[in-house]
Parts: sequence; structure tokens; C-alpha cells
Amino acid sequence: MSASSAFNEEKMGSSSVGEAEYAYDPVSGKIFSSDYNRHDDLKEMLDSNKDSLKLEAMKRIVAMIARGKNASDLFPAVVKNVACKNIEVKKLVYVYLVRYAEEQQDLALLSISTFQRGLKDPNQLIRASALRVLSSIRVTIIVPIMMLAIKEAASDMSPYVRKTAAHAIPKLYSLDPEQKDQLIEVIEKLLADKTTLVAGSVVMAFEEVCPERIDLIHKNYRKLCNLLIDVEEWGQVVIINMLTRYARTQFLNPNLNESLLEDGGSGDKTFYGSDEDEDDDEKENKEKAEAAALAKRKPYVMDPDHRLLLRNTKPLLQSRNAAVVMAVAQLYFHLAPKAEVGVIAKALVRLLRSHSEVQFVVLQNVATMTIRRRGMFEPYLKSFYIRSTDPTLIKILKLEVLTNLANETNISTILREFQTYIKSMDKDFVAATIQAIGRCATNIGEVRDTCLNGLVQLLSNRDELVVAESVVVIKKLLQMQPEKHSDIIKHMAKLTDNIQVPMARASILWLIGEYCEHVPKIAPDVLRKMAKSFTYEEDIVKLQILNLAAKLYLTNSKQTKLLTQYVLNLAKYDQNYDIRDRARFIRQLIVPTEKSGALSKYAKKLFLALKPAPVLESPFKDRDHFQLGSLSHLLNAKAGGYQELPDWPEAAPDPSVRNVEVFTLLERVTTLTSVPEWTKCSSREKRKEKKVEKPFYSDSEGESGPTESADSETNSASASDSASDSEQSRSSSESEESDEGSESEEEKENKNKKKVVKKAVKESESEQSSEEENRKLEKKIKQQEKDSETVSDDEESDSESSQSTSEDSESEAEVKKKAPVSRTPPKPVKKEKKEMSLLDLDDFEPATSPQVTPISTLLSNSLVTDLEGLSLSDSVLAPSTITPSGTLKSYELLHRITGEGLSVEYCFGRQPFSPDANMVAVQLQFTNNSTSETKNLHMKDVKLQSGMRVKEFPEIELLPAGDTASAVMGIDFCDSTQAANLQLCTSTRKFFVSIQPPVGELMRPVFLTENEFKREQGQLMGMNELTEKLILDAKYRNEHAIVQRVTTAAHLSRVPCGSDNECSFTSLKPLA
Amino acid sequence: MIHSLFLINHTGDIFLEKHWKSVISRSVCDYFFEAKEKAEDPENVPPVLYTPHHYLVSIYRGKLFFLSVIQTEVSPLFVIEFLHRVADIFQDYFGECSEAVIKDNVVIVYALLEEMLDNGFPLATESNVLKEMIRPPTILRSVVNTLTGGSNVGDTLPAGQLSNIPWRRAGVKYTNNEAYFDVIEEIDAIVDKSGTTVFAEIQGVIEACVRLTGMPDLTLSFMNPRLLDDVSFHPCVRFKRWESERVLSFIPPDGNFRLMSYHVSSQNLVAIPVYVKQNISFLETGACGRLDITIGPKQTMGKMVEGLKVTIHMPKMVLSVNLTATQGTHTYDLTAKVLVWDVGKLNPQKLPNLRGSLSMQSGAPKPEDNPSINMDLKIQQLAISGLKVSRLDMHGEKYKPFKGVKYLTKAGKFQVRT
Repeated sequence: MSASSAFNEEKMGSSSVGEAEYAYDPVSGKIFSSDYNRHDDLKEMLDSNKDSLKLEAMKRIVAMIARGKNASDLFPAVVKNVACKNIEVKKLVYVYLVRYAEEQQDLALLSISTFQRGLKDPNQLIRASALRVLSSIRVTIIVPIMMLAIKEAASDMSPYVRKTAAHAIPKLYSLDPEQKDQLIEVIEKLLADKTTLVAGSVVMAFEEVCPERIDLIHKNYRKLCNLLIDVEEWGQVVIINMLTRYARTQFLNPNLNESLLEDGGSGDKTFYGSDEDEDDDEKENKEKAEAAALAKRKPYVMDPDHRLLLRNTKPLLQSRNAAVVMAVAQLYFHLAPKAEVGVIAKALVRLLRSHSEVQFVVLQNVATMTIRRRGMFEPYLKSFYIRSTDPTLIKILKLEVLTNLANETNISTILREFQTYIKSMDKDFVAATIQAIGRCATNIGEVRDTCLNGLVQLLSNRDELVVAESVVVIKKLLQMQPEKHSDIIKHMAKLTDNIQVPMARASILWLIGEYCEHVPKIAPDVLRKMAKSFTYEEDIVKLQILNLAAKLYLTNSKQTKLLTQYVLNLAKYDQNYDIRDRARFIRQLIVPTEKSGALSKYAKKLFLALKPAPVLESPFKDRDHFQLGSLSHLLNAKAGGYQELPDWPEAAPDPSVRNVEVFTLLERVTTLTSVPEWTKCSSREKRKEKKVEKPFYSDSEGESGPTESADSETNSASASDSASDSEQSRSSSESEESDEGSESEEEKENKNKKKVVKKAVKESESEQSSEEENRKLEKKIKQQEKDSETVSDDEESDSESSQSTSEDSESEAEVKKKAPVSRTPPKPVKKEKKEMSLLDLDDFEPATSPQVTPISTLLSNSLVTDLEGLSLSDSVLAPSTITPSGTLKSYELLHRITGEGLSVEYCFGRQPFSPDANMVAVQLQFTNNSTSETKNLHMKDVKLQSGMRVKEFPEIELLPAGDTASAVMGIDFCDSTQAANLQLCTSTRKFFVSIQPPVGELMRPVFLTENEFKREQGQLMGMNELTEKLILDAKYRNEHAIVQRVTTAAHLSRVPCGSDNECSFTSLKPLA
Repeated sequence: MIHSLFLINHTGDIFLEKHWKSVISRSVCDYFFEAKEKAEDPENVPPVLYTPHHYLVSIYRGKLFFLSVIQTEVSPLFVIEFLHRVADIFQDYFGECSEAVIKDNVVIVYALLEEMLDNGFPLATESNVLKEMIRPPTILRSVVNTLTGGSNVGDTLPAGQLSNIPWRRAGVKYTNNEAYFDVIEEIDAIVDKSGTTVFAEIQGVIEACVRLTGMPDLTLSFMNPRLLDDVSFHPCVRFKRWESERVLSFIPPDGNFRLMSYHVSSQNLVAIPVYVKQNISFLETGACGRLDITIGPKQTMGKMVEGLKVTIHMPKMVLSVNLTATQGTHTYDLTAKVLVWDVGKLNPQKLPNLRGSLSMQSGAPKPEDNPSINMDLKIQQLAISGLKVSRLDMHGEKYKPFKGVKYLTKAGKFQVRT
């Protein structure tokens, strides 16, 4: 609806502009003609062949647009240049096109083909900008084209293009809301994207198109939490706001117990100051005790996902962007347990140093927070002190906060501050201060008298506004205990002679009338004076004079009867009908006549009834039902498109919806850098999930025998594990400085996936190997979940085990769950290699690694058979089935979709490559998934890094449909972890593929006896030595575990040794 | 999100408009002008206004209003922060952010706005990324461009947008590699009439100027990081390292940037470098007043106090001043009623003094409050909190950079009540 209104407005706007243009010509034809000429010469310039002329013309046109001048008649001339070669002209043409396309729809269509061509460009930036402009052209006819382009871009391999696709979604939605269903599909696909670049934009699209489809978030919740810190700042704001709403629907209220109590106590807390006399601390304590008691009855356990959100957003309080800080603050305010909300105060106070506009918004929110959680900001009281240079808006808000923060302990300092404020030259501010003093006085009983005295002193202030404001406030205060203060009332009665501000006069008159018993002598006199000046008074004063007269007539009719009659008569002929009306009403009520109604008997009761004291409360009370930090909160009114912050659910919805299947990751892991497959996964994932899931679980169930619940536990545990994983991976990527830059997002992501998978694989192995092991693992994982912020034990053991590959602290974290993959090796590894070459051993044997424990191979076999029960036709399962040895990880070389039915996996066989000892043997496994046979499979080397050599595998002449074949090839990686880029050819097609070796695979084990080893080790002291201490978790203090981990990480051989608690590994890099 | 942007000068002329969605008529600004009229002072215009169909969010920077039009719910800080970022970018590009400069470079401004938002959602706000796409104007380049017909639009594509460190552009090269850090601390204080400190705190920033080749990875560590109570970082700083080791580890953006800002914990007593003895009085009769101000050093840590400046906003009825200063110059702005006394260096032997009479509008009542005194000062080579940088290490690159740290203490919002 917003779109349509915008559209209308735009139409109106443009037409009015047009009219203005036309209005020109009759008035002065000269101006018009010159105008016409100027446009003519622009057209000429645009038609010329010179780029510089075109550029000049476009610059002038853009300047016209910027100034808001109409340049639409140039459309045909400009649009011709859309395919211009000059990039600057092109950009300016885009600017023009986007601005005027809506007005000249038919002509705009001419340009579409240019963008359609751009969408196919090999350069991702050109694809992105074509999509951006195409989707910005608001022409309804091209909706199908846009839809198609968005869908295509959403599965583009470049994250930048996908980001642009996410941006285009709301544009299309506003153009044609009927596309919603299709767009939701695209959003769903993009939500599954794992790059930080896309995350913010797609959540933005989600919020604009389908904020109600909270179910789309479940699967991506943990991922979003983990990516959050790396998303660009604007995306962070959007994601945090969305997650706040999400969390409100999915988790239980962490303050449930307290809030129950609060509800009981809050009423008197805010309404009646006297109840506040009770010590706050005491109250707090009581509350806590009760809460504790309640908690005992109904223990609250925070959902780990809830905790994850709180933990991952907290660092963002340190952001330089005020919007991010505010977003986190509101998240904590709405979601965190009471005890943890305090952390946001400091950050919010910091924002008060920023621009005044930022201060304005922050103070509004702080004011709301202080009402609910006063204690939070009390330590920062002084930060809200007001400077004379603050803008009035800010001053008044600070005053509001100070008033909210006032309590028995700090009231004296606050009042002292207020005293200086009263002297300010800014009168609006002074008036607000007086109001604030009034509020402090009502809320805090002890200072009421002090405040009242202070205010009375202000009555003699020279500034009338100050006096008037004081009168109004005093009136309110006196209403609370009038009997004590008749002298003040007398004093105020005197003021009627001087004070002119109507509101103040009215207040005084009301006071005197209300408490005329306390001032019996003065009241009639005041009425006399007022009667004299009645005709000159303002309306509100007149009404109060009538009021006073009526009240006096009832209490003291002897003295005032005539005066009242007189006043009533004056009022009868007043110009204002309100006053005439009131006079008639009062006369009927109080003056007894023969046919006066039944009401007049009760006149006294009516007029002099006890009136409740007014409540002085903050205008910010109850604003917190709006989400803090939102526009709606600021305006205290629902803004268009505001999403209500839902109430906490009574019972937590099923948390398992957020579980991400590890096995979907397993499947995706096989996509190494060579083949992007953003497109295919998500749909296939779903199909596969169930199939894959079963064997693994049924297996583990059968073996370890836990029930369904235990099963889901592992599942969730491992998922949250993956969460902690990526957290650590952040820290790790932080520590590896040099890599971070070059490393692309996908790589990172792939690594994460791999880690998880590796883990999963290991898990299943150990599960099978022994029940005990299994339980241990489970326990371990659970524990990890608990303290995943601390360094996980898993990590330690792994880095211990990898001592031979990389002992350096730098990559310690990195090594954790995998062999270092696909990246430049950390320095110490190189050193280590040198150290090996120094050994200068000629007599190494082509030994196979004896460490590949028979158990594991055996187990993997059983795994294979298990999996074989499933439909093996799906090649995605292939990695686990065709791997020759369970401990060897296989990577995907060619995906079956990219390969048009041909899929290729590879693994490092850890066998010596006989034709050339310096080469690493790579086992290839070809699977033909297509229905036709593939011929002449062979390899061609292309683009090899210098020094790299490849020994091709013998050509496979025929691979029948559905069949598999394997081959071995050798690659000399030349000691680097650079990928070898190759060309895989069939009779019909060529595929570019790349193989990237993990560091651990570049080594070759040598066999040494213990003594030999010691001797060689002795020669390698000093420079070549690296020592690292690691503390192992109890579960890893077993030799088997260590050995297994080390050997999976790298191709090493173990030195037989006597002592139990010593393990040594040797290896030689293949190239001497 | 952000629908349109209008740039308005302080007289109320709309001199630039940009729409990211459909066009909104500029008549929407009338609501803003109304509010502006009502507020008198441009600083008092409410940043968020409500109109029947739109919401207007505005900021006031450099005598310009940046007014954005919003149609649906959005975090107001999001918009405000973005508008300030726009102003920052203009400043970065053109050296200042004023009407004249924006009008001169309207095409670049328009191109920038085009890149910064897409459909109202921020796209590229890092100045390094923007500079890759749209080159900032320099005199040399504009001369060359007019001669050769070259352009300001970069012909390289913005690869920075694709990297996961968007703040740094690729392929940076310098012959002189240097990294300078300025630790600048500001004292915010309110001092009582009697000279007691009502409130004082220290806010600091570290401004960096890093011109290093390649992809350097820097680690900056402090002698006494415990002093820092609350910090906020440039996105390049790795938060985890700070949490665990209290060091700043980062790959810096190229050029000038603010590395971090911090707040010194309030437990530490704040040294107030100067005291002010003042006596401002207005006589009940005779429409005149007296003013006598002396400034002396208090806790200067043995350093020279420089750039001393006193600003007093006088009450409206003060017509003129007749003052003599023992040091420095003083001016009185008759229309704004602002007295500025530029003292300069503070000489502890001979304390600067300003005294004389104030003449007031006859017949006007005596002002009930004395104006407060705003102080400005500078102390070179001192961080008043005592914060010290201990070392800067660089990894990832082989060369040796020049390194330097400078300290500076300034008065922030330093106010003496009288």
C-alpha cells in the first residue's frame, strides 16, 4: 500500500512540476524559447560522436535532476547512450534512466536489452550493476524479466551478485506485490546463504516482503547469530531487530518469575510516592528472595539458542555505529535476564557524546528504560547533567531521565542540580525543571516539603513564566496535603494581584476555592477582586472564578451571596458560550429556587467532594510496549510497517526446529572450491536430509542404544558445536593475519563445513568403535556446549596431536578439527619441512602408514554397507561409499551437475606414487550418473604453477552409464599448497578442475627406530625445534586417540617406542 | 527505508534532491520548514518529524540540513547515523561539507549518493570503497581532466566491495611507509561557582594515519590498558583479541581513520588543568555590570597549557562590553551576544586577567543568572588520563614502517558555572 501511495504522490509531483514548466511559456516566450534551445543543444551534444561532449551534456542533465528541474523531454536522446562505451557516461545515463523510466515507460523498454546482456557478463560487478539498474526501473511490464533476473542472480556464484539480488527483491515487491510468493522462495534460498555479504541484505528483504514468515528463520537462526559480527554494520542493525522479534516468539521469558512479582508491586511503586519510602534495596532483596523461591518451584533454563544470541550480540555494543549499539541495547532490554541488562547502560551513555540528533534518540530510549529499570543507569547519573550549551530538546530529555533516576539517596544532589537549572536563561527549560521538581516531590515523600519551599520561593521570581509554572506545580503538590499549607495558599492569594499568566491565575483560584475553609477570611476578598476584573480575564480564569464563587456560596453564603450573583450575571452575558453555559448550570445548582431540582441538595457534595491528587508521571511511562529504538517508539505512535513485538510464549515452541542437519553439511562439503553450487543444494538438501539422516542415526542408535531423546541431543549438541566452531574460526582467522585478506568468503565457509563434517565422521567412527567412546564424546560435546567460550578440549587435543604438522600457536586454533586445507601453510610448518630435509635420509622405504588402524577401516566398511542399503544412485552419497579407506577424506573434483552426469571424487591415497617418488598419489573415482556412456576420459594439464608437475592417469576409454571407475594420478605440488589446475576431458566436453592438497598430505612417512629417531632429533635442536605445551582433556589422555587424530591430520609414521607416554612421528616431505 | 534526501541550506532553500525509490514532491519539506520556523535555533529542530504520509528525519551539519524522507518503520538512529556518514564522506571528499562545495561538485555528490544507497538501503559506505569507484576531485586531476577529457569515475571496478575487509583497498603502494597515531583526550567537566568539580570525565580517541604498502597487520598495545573503561572500535579491530589480551589488532584502512574511542573509568580522579577565578555581577541600578576573570594553572602535569580560549554567552540585555585583558585579545559579538577571549599560552608567572564593565540595555531587569563560562585549551604531549602506547608491531609485510605516537589533551565540554 505504501507503494501505491508513493506512486500517486509521484504522479502528482511530476505533474505539478510539468505545470510549472508550462506556466513559463505564456508569461515570457523568450525564456521559454531559450530554455528550449538549451535543451536542444544538450540533445545535439548527446547525439555527437565525442564522448567528452556526451559527458558534458550528461553532467549538466544530472545537475538539473539534482536541483529538481524537469529533464524528462531529453529521454529519447539520453536513452540512446545506454550502451555507450565510456563508463562515466554510462553511469550518468543509468542515473537518468532510473529517475525518469517510470514517466516514459515505452521508451525505457528500449534499454532493457542492454541490461539483459549485462546480466550474462562474465564479470560479477557488471552482472551486479546490470541487475541493480534493471530492478530500479519501475516499469510494470518488465516484472517478469526482473523476476527471472532475480531468480538467476540468487543462484549466481558471486556473493556480490547474490547480494544485489537480495536488494532487488523489495524493489520488485513494491512494484508488483502479487509476486510475493515467488519472491519468498527466492528469499528462502538466499537466507540459506552463508556469506556475510548476503546476510544483511536478504534479512532486509525478508523484513520488507514477508516479516510474518518467521518459520523461514528457524533453520538459519544459528547461522545468522554466528555470522552477525562479520556482517556490515547496516545489515547488523536489521538482523538484530529481526532476531529480537524472532526470539520473542521462540523462547521463554527469562524474567518470568520476576515480572510476575513486578506486576503485583509496580502499581504502587509508580503511583504513590509514600510507598517508595520503603527502602528500595530492601524491596529488591525481597523480590529476589521471592523470585528465588518461585524459581525453585519452576526452574527456568535458558534455551542455548537464546544464550547464543545474547552472547554473539554483546561485542557489538562496542560498535562505532550508534544504530548498531542501539539495536543491541534494545535486544538486551527486551530479551536478556534482568541481571544482564546492565551491560548496555555504559554503551548507551557513550552515545551521549555523539551528535545531538543521536543524543536525542538515545535519550528518548534511555528515558523509557529508566522507568522500567532504574538501577541500570543510576551509576551514570552525572552523565545526564545538563550544560547550558545543550539544545533545549536535549535538555528536556536529560531532565526527564534525571527525574526518573531520582530516589531517596540521590535526590539531594539532583535537587542541587535543579537549582542551577532554574536560573538558566532558557525559559522553556526552566519551566520543565519546575515540572521535574514537582514530580520528584510527589514521588519521594521526604523531599516534598523541601521542594515545596523551594517552589514557593520561586513565586517571588521576577520572571512571570517561572512563577506561573511554579504555581501550577504547587497546586498539584498542595492537593496532596492541603491542611498543612494554608500559609502557602495565603501567599498565593496575594499573587493574584501581580501574576498575569492565565494558567497560573486559574490554578490559584482553584486552590482558594477548593480550600476556602483553610483561608476563610481571604477567599471572599479574592472573589471580590476577581469580580471586578472578570470581564478582562481569559476564559480559563473566568471559569475558575465561577467555580470559586460557587464554592464560596456554598460554604460562606452570608458574605458572598451578592458577589456570586454578580459574577453569575456577568457570566450570563459573556461572549463565550462555555462560560454562559457554566453560569447557567451553576446557578441552577446552587441558588435555591422554588422549582430547583433534586440535584441542588447535593450541590455541596458535588462541588466540594474530595478530589484525588493528580498523578505526576513521566510521559515515557508505558512506551516500552513499542520495540525500543524504533520509529514508533520515538513517536509514541505506530508507524507504517511497524512489526509488533510479540509477547513471550507461555510454553517454548519446539527448539529442534532450529537444528541444522549436520549431514546436509556433509554433503555440501564435497564441493571444494572448484564447483560452486549455490543453486542445487537447497532443494536437494531437503530430499536428502531424511535419507542420509537415517542410516547414521539408526546405526548409532543400534550401537550405543540411547533412545530418541539422546539422539536429538547429540544432534543439537553438534549443531551448537558448529556454532562454537565458527566462533573459534573467527578467532583463528584473526590470529592468522596474513591469510585473512586473501581468503575468500566461500573458502572460509567451506572450511567451516569441513570441520563440522570431519567431526561428524569422527563421531560416527568412535561411536562405532566402542560404546564407551561414544558416551565420552557425547559428554564432551555437552560440556563443550556449556563452556564453548573457553577453549574447547577438543581443540587442545587436536592441536596436541598435530604437533608434527604445525605446533605454532598461531594456527593452533585452526588446526583443531581438520588438517589445514587449501591455504598457504603457516610458517612453522615450512620450518618443519626443512628440518626434515636436513635429515638427509636416502633410505626411506615406501612404507604405508601402519597407523591406519585396522579398526577404523573395518568400521568404515560397516559404514559403507550400511549406506549401501540406501539408494546409491544418488551420487552425493558417493564420497563415503567409495572412499577406499574410512580415514581418508575424499574431496569433490567435479560435481555431477556441472559435469553433466559425470562426477569425480578424489582423495589422497597415502600410497607412494611409483613412477615418481616426488609425486603425491591422488586417487580419482569417476562415476557416470548419466544415462549415456562417457568416452575417452583423460586429463590435460593447464595453467600449472611453476615447478608443479603432473603425471596423468591412463585414459579411460569407456565409462558406461551408472558405472564407476577409478584411476591414480601423480602430482608434484612442489611443496606448496597451491591448487593444481587441470583440465578433465571427455570425448565431448572439457571441465576445468583443481586439486588442492592439505599440508598433511604433502608429507611422506619414513620408518625409523626409536634410537635413530632420537639421534636425528638430537641434530635438530635449536632453530629447527618447536615446542608447544598443551593441556589435554582427560578423555584425550589416551594414546590411541592422539595417534588417530595425528594420523588423520597428516601423513605420518609413528616411531615405535618403549615408553607409554611418548609418541613420536616422522615424515619426510616428498620432494627433497 | 530511506526514500529521498533533500539538502537544505540554513535559509531554507532546497539545493539538491535525490530519490532512491519513486519521486516524492519537495513540498513534503514544508512540514520541516514549519518546524524550523517554530524552533528558531536550527539546533532545536526536532530530528524526527511526523507528517500525514511520511516521516522526516533530519540532521544539521555545517549549516546544512540533511533531510531524509521515510515511509515505513525504521530505526531512527539508522537513518541519522547514515546521514552523518554521508556528511562525513562529503567532508572526506571535498575537505568541507558546505553548500558551495556541494553545488560545485554536484555530479560527484550525485554519483556518491547513488552508490551509497540502493533502494534506500546502505550499499557502500566505506570511504575506501567509494574512492575506488569515484575518485575525489583534486586540482591536478581537474586540470588534467579538462585537458584530456578524462573522468572522475574510476575505471577499475570496486573490488573492495567484494572482499571481507571492505575498509581497505587492494594494492596499496607507498614509497614511505608510515603509521602515526594521535591519542587525543578531551576533558568534559562542569565546575561549580565555588570551584568544586561537579562532574568530570575523560573521553579519548585514537586517530590514526596509516600509509602502509600491501596488507599489513598491526598490533597496538598499551602500557596501562586497564584505564580504559568503555571502548568502541573501528570495524577493523578484532574484538576477541581485545577481550582476551587487551591489545588492538587490526588490518588498517588506508589513510586517516578513527581507530577507537574510549572512556576512562570514572574511578580515576580527573585532573583539571586550570582554575578560573571569576566575578561577574550585574548591578541592580544603573544598567551596568562588572566582569573580572583570572585563569591560573591547577594540575598541568608540568606541561604548558596552550590555546586557552574563553567563551561566554551573555544575557540578551548586555549591549556592549568595555574590557581590558592583560594577555590575548577579546571580541564581543553584538548580535549573538558572545564574548570570546582568546588568551593563548598560560603563563604561570603572570596570570591572564580580563576585567572591565558591561553596559546593559537601560530599563531591562537585571538577569537573574550569570552566564556560564566555556573553556577551551590544549596541552601538547600529554594524555591527561596517563594512557600510554607501549608498542606497535606489524606482521604480514616485510618492510620497516615509520611509527609515531602523539598525545594531546583538549578541553571538551568544559563549563564553569558562575
